[in-house]
Amino acid sequence: MSNNSSARRPKSKATTTASQEPKAPSAADDTHVMPSKPVERAKSTGLHIGEAAPGVAKVDPIIVADGIRRTFGGLTAVDVEHLEIPRGAITALIGPNGAGKTTLFNLLTGFDKPDAGTWIFDGTSLSGVPAFKVSRMGQVRTFQLTKALGLLTVVENMKLGAKGQKGESFWQSLIPGIWRKQDEEIEERAMELLAKFKLDAKADDFAASLSGGQRKLLEMARALMSQPQLVMLDEPMAGVNPALTQSLLDKILDLKQEGMTVLFVEHDMHMVRHIADWVVVMAEGRVVAEGDPHTVMRDPAVIDAYLGAHQELDLGVVTGRYSADAADSTTDAAASTKVKASDLEAAGMAELEDTSK
Amino acid sequence: MSAATATSTPVVHIDNIVAGYLPGVNILNGCSLVAEQGELIGIIGPNGAGKSTLLKAIFGQVNVRSGSVMLEGEDITGLRANKLVARGVGMVPQNNNVFPSLTIEENLQMGLYQRPGAYKERLEFVTGIFAELGKRLKQRAGSLSGGERQMVAMSRALMMNPKVLLLDEPSAGLSPVRQDEAFIRVSEINKAGVTTIMVEQNARRCLQICDRGYVLDQGRDAYTGTGRELLGDPKVTELYLGTLGT
Repeated sequence: MSNNSSARRPKSKATTTASQEPKAPSAADDTHVMPSKPVERAKSTGLHIGEAAPGVAKVDPIIVADGIRRTFGGLTAVDVEHLEIPRGAITALIGPNGAGKTTLFNLLTGFDKPDAGTWIFDGTSLSGVPAFKVSRMGQVRTFQLTKALGLLTVVENMKLGAKGQKGESFWQSLIPGIWRKQDEEIEERAMELLAKFKLDAKADDFAASLSGGQRKLLEMARALMSQPQLVMLDEPMAGVNPALTQSLLDKILDLKQEGMTVLFVEHDMHMVRHIADWVVVMAEGRVVAEGDPHTVMRDPAVIDAYLGAHQELDLGVVTGRYSADAADSTTDAAASTKVKASDLEAAGMAELEDTSK
Repeated sequence: MSAATATSTPVVHIDNIVAGYLPGVNILNGCSLVAEQGELIGIIGPNGAGKSTLLKAIFGQVNVRSGSVMLEGEDITGLRANKLVARGVGMVPQNNNVFPSLTIEENLQMGLYQRPGAYKERLEFVTGIFAELGKRLKQRAGSLSGGERQMVAMSRALMMNPKVLLLDEPSAGLSPVRQDEAFIRVSEINKAGVTTIMVEQNARRCLQICDRGYVLDQGRDAYTGTGRELLGDPKVTELYLGTLGT
């Protein structure tokens, strides 16, 4: 596979870098000059029908989920009554750690089976459909903890992502003439995508040699190899070098422009605000709010679920480790001195008892 | 509790370690850390910076290719887990941290199997911090939620009266209110005299309670300082604390 590929590589690289040229100079400025606003792209609006509330119907949903429940022992990880994801838009799924975001991703993509519930992707029921079929149907995902195949090269990882490869059939694989041309096309596409994600220089390195951030990029690029309709990104920014963030945001906006639907999990609120058209907030397995980013982030229920009720407190002061004059500047020092650590502890225990009932 | 007073050998001294899982791929590229007697150390940093790997390096779960890990002046690099526990290293992993088919009591006993005689005394210490566990000793650990399991795991690690307690993301998977509770517990454990090294995603909370923090980036200790210094450092704020600001 790799013998003939290296001979052809320079050519395809040349063409792709040429097409990248106009963009290149901006990369350097990107890092400082505020989170530079390249071209403010229009948000998609008018996605929902009626008032924005958890489970609101969408004008053109690509995913419709109903009554999805998943429990692990006594813990209910996901309990979603109704959820619709709008087509052709960028939807962010946010919520505190343990809210069930990744579990929901796993369920929707067939990596896990729910205790109950049904969901429809693009008009087809996906309940019980295994992950590899889900991805063939045009719904691909990336992982929070990347799953690159370390002992394949970067470009080989990419080529795995392409679907409908003729060489996958045992008998056809024996006759290179059948698949060689397709393989070349796939490789060319792979190199184009790698160039977009600035990984082309690494094409012939083992994927294991990539950093966590680069693996994230590779995984996203590989997902695109299957030419999906819906791309699901699990914390695409986590571990990615902050200097790359801006260009990665642009990549995601590009996907929308190309007609794909994007659903992503993210903790970085700046990113959510910047690119999401719609935000779904989960907490303790349930969808607690939905809406456009600006409205959702002012919603008290969201602030409570996401930030916690005590963000104004400095726990160092509460626990008596530090005096009030040394308090964290983002917190309320006076309030921190008044709260008792034992009360916060009791609040935690009380919540625990609530949830275990 | 303060670092400045300690002139004796540090409890944990990690010197310039290089470590990784796959051959030829290093996760830690020359990382150093010092924990003095009674300190609460917080390790923060972006995903993939090597935070958990650093804990695993102390606990002998990853190949340390060069550099050393010293416990009170003795080299413990690459020792096996049972030896480390006997020498006083307590580890609380993030996942799979209890024996689900055993009761809480049996879990605690497992923590002390190398020195069963001290059970009563240690149980008293542990239930002094986690009072509610004392009332539920006969409950099966498998029936507990993630946060409760974390408590059992911490208690089990404390049973051996460790010289240093290693915590891998004690707040992971907890709601904000319960996270605060977890941090207060960690602070209490530390106040009881246990030197503690904690890896955390919730950087702000972690820095608020810790004596000193290390910011890891790409397998190196990029910044270190007291928790307060790091909280106030604009660079750390920008990169790792984040804000929901408007």
